[in-house]
Amino acid sequence: MSLDSLLFQAVNGLASASGLFLVAAGLSVIFGVTRIVNMAHGSFYMLGLYIAVTLAPLLGEHLGGAAGFWGGIAGATLAVALLGAAVERVLLRRLYNAPELYQLLATFALLLIINDAALFLWGPEDILGPRAPGLSGSVELLGRRLPQYDVFLALIGPVVLVGLHLLLTRTRFGRLIRAATQDREMVAALGINEALLFTAVFALGAGIAGFGGALQMAREPASLSLDLSVLGEAFVVVVVGGMGSIKGAYLAAVLVAEVKALCTALGVIEIAGYTFNMSWLTLVAEFLVMAVVLVLRPHGLFGRALAATKAGEAEPPLLPLDRRGRALVLAAILLFAAMPLIGMFFRYAPVLALDMVIAALFAASLHFVMGPGGMASFGHAAYFGLGAYGTAFAATQLGLSTPLAFATGIGTAAAGAALFGWFCVRLEGVYFTMLTLAFAQIVWSIVYQWEDVTGGSNGLFGVWPDWPFDSRAGLYLAALAVALGGLALLRRIVFAPFGLALRAGRDSRLRAEASGIPVARVRWLSFALAGTLCGAAGGLFAFAKGSISPEAISVGRSIDGLVMVLLGGVQSLMGPLLGAGAFTLLQDTVMRETDYWRALLGLVILVLVLLFPFGIAGGLRRVARLRRAGGAR
Amino acid sequence: MTASPVPTAMAPMLEIDGLDAWYGEAQILFGLSLTVGRGEAVALVGRNGAGKSTTLKAIIGLARRRARRLALRGADIAALPTHAIARLGVGYVPEDRRIFTELTVAENLDLGRRTGASDAAPRGPRWSVEEVVALFPNLGGMLDRPGGQMSGGEQQMLSVARALMGDPALLLLDEPSEGVAPIVVEQMIDALLRLKASGLSLLISEQNSALCEAICERAYLIEQGELRWQGAMDGLAAASETAGIFGKI
Repeated sequence: MSLDSLLFQAVNGLASASGLFLVAAGLSVIFGVTRIVNMAHGSFYMLGLYIAVTLAPLLGEHLGGAAGFWGGIAGATLAVALLGAAVERVLLRRLYNAPELYQLLATFALLLIINDAALFLWGPEDILGPRAPGLSGSVELLGRRLPQYDVFLALIGPVVLVGLHLLLTRTRFGRLIRAATQDREMVAALGINEALLFTAVFALGAGIAGFGGALQMAREPASLSLDLSVLGEAFVVVVVGGMGSIKGAYLAAVLVAEVKALCTALGVIEIAGYTFNMSWLTLVAEFLVMAVVLVLRPHGLFGRALAATKAGEAEPPLLPLDRRGRALVLAAILLFAAMPLIGMFFRYAPVLALDMVIAALFAASLHFVMGPGGMASFGHAAYFGLGAYGTAFAATQLGLSTPLAFATGIGTAAAGAALFGWFCVRLEGVYFTMLTLAFAQIVWSIVYQWEDVTGGSNGLFGVWPDWPFDSRAGLYLAALAVALGGLALLRRIVFAPFGLALRAGRDSRLRAEASGIPVARVRWLSFALAGTLCGAAGGLFAFAKGSISPEAISVGRSIDGLVMVLLGGVQSLMGPLLGAGAFTLLQDTVMRETDYWRALLGLVILVLVLLFPFGIAGGLRRVARLRRAGGAR
Repeated sequence: MTASPVPTAMAPMLEIDGLDAWYGEAQILFGLSLTVGRGEAVALVGRNGAGKSTTLKAIIGLARRRARRLALRGADIAALPTHAIARLGVGYVPEDRRIFTELTVAENLDLGRRTGASDAAPRGPRWSVEEVVALFPNLGGMLDRPGGQMSGGEQQMLSVARALMGDPALLLLDEPSEGVAPIVVEQMIDALLRLKASGLSLLISEQNSALCEAICERAYLIEQGELRWQGAMDGLAAASETAGIFGKI
């Protein structure tokens, strides 16, 4: 490595940092005022890029290249800002008083819908934009040629930073944003129309993200995977910089991007005869930066502890099932155990049942951290993936027997959950959620890029169990036994003193700690346990499908889990099981039939969140209560 | 806005009848009724937790409420959002002052100012930064100081001054003397007397009898969310003694 290649990468890093900063800054401003973490923020970035690459050539035809390029960027920014305003009016307005989890899910639904809308409008292929007229050459610095556009982008970040700072300090609008960030009610009591302010803030945040995306036009193609990858990185940046701090967001963006650039610049190095490919480290650079910062400063570089987030509705206590409920559960277990026999008449039934069993274990493990634990994880797919890949790697590459391979997978998931969980449980509320999502993105990108071990984008094939699990019935019954064991364990723990401590920590961290409960440790152990059982679901999945690919462990898997839990109802132990069953049925039938299943899933989520916030179990309970009330009359 | 509230010349500044209000799920007020005349100063008296703060929050729309009548100068405000009520000329000075601590004193004052569309709305006497500083001279020397670096008394003055910047006709003051030094209470009494003299209507929730006695003509005594007594200020002492409130220890 030489000094000039380092410089080259440093400028490159600053250019990436600018894009990242624009997304994170918008996210931060919106969160500050509305207290909503906008999961669709990466989508605004992506849309900005798509609209710019579409608009620039169109405008270019009439106005000439330069006007087309810059007009395209301006038009895309404006269009995305307007879209943001519309989204706030139509959707977010209904969510301001909803529980945090529902806000996250609803904006995630928006991400899914926007992604499919982009697929519909622009097709699945990446679209390249025009190069920047007048900035397509290079500048010479210390004998090295740097792309002019990268230098330009590197400068844009600080310019926007200063611009935002001036906006926030020098204008009345900015002062309103700062005031509302601290005390929304008081702002309203001073006669300021909150609704209008929120719309404007959302449009501003969306516009900044759209601008960030549009600027990438000359650097990277518009692609449908951008929304999630940018969102994951922006979350890391926001957590590292400190939620709500624009300055922190910029510093964190530079830090993350520069560490990555440094790793790339170092390339392959030799230490004591071993060669290390440092560029591989770019995959985990974000994780390392975040880990170091969070250990030293749990609220990020410039962040402060969130003023007590809105106290949610009091959770009703979990109750053991009554006699009729137990009888129903027993009947369901017998039905599932008899599935191989039923399969003689309905050939598809055991396949569907196996999917359901795996989904039930997955959803129940997520419910354990979400419901009794009160920690909404958006990254449960990570442990599913670690379990699946651990199992698949041990079974194929190491040639271990089925039980040993399965145990390896579970162990991998347990280790991952213990490691990531240690960081996550230190954070509360949306910080926790963002960090879980960021970890899951990191696991995903490692899996995607570490070809030697994971098979890269193809994944691992030929993961078949050996005797006695090599028959359909053998594997199914073993999976059922594992899942039932896991579910029984979770249920036992929820009602054990440990489960009570976990729920106490959820309901009031301070009071629980004052009564001698080590809340952080209880949370950590429960997170690790949930990750372990989730890993078991992943291992079963690998054997059931005979293969595992990155797609199966992407953030979509995490969201599926959340939808299962919500569909069933968070406030019941049976909820996730009912939800898993219903969701699997829905997925295996309806969603297979359409290319636009993401949008469909998004709509399902929105309907759930806006209309049926208590899920199937809540609905059933209400019916039962009504019937009881009717009988008593 | 249909049925736009047209201020009536003769109606009292504030009329409340049968007001119920909630804090979360818990009902705090039960059928409260009170009136504040134009240019009148009225005290709202009661123990901690009696519902004084909730009454003021219900008027400005920060607490969920239901009322047979909730009217400002004869115009119904029961269905209006908080900001719209404020723009009709109601200034709110909350109990915990709620200064924007990140913003400077000048910026806090600026946020209280009316702009654009709200300029045309009904209002009380007009205020400028110079005028509120003349009322509270302490603020003059600290216009560039962040709100978070002020003493409790200074924050209290700023909170009143900020509400005045919106040119209110009715000022709702929630325990303006709580937790501030006696000298500041004196200044606050002076300032409020001058506001009253300028024609403002005041509704003051208080536990400090000295402040109320100096300013208010009438008082309402509430207990557990219900009205217990109402009458002229000089009858309050006897009434609250029987109720065991407001006692001079």
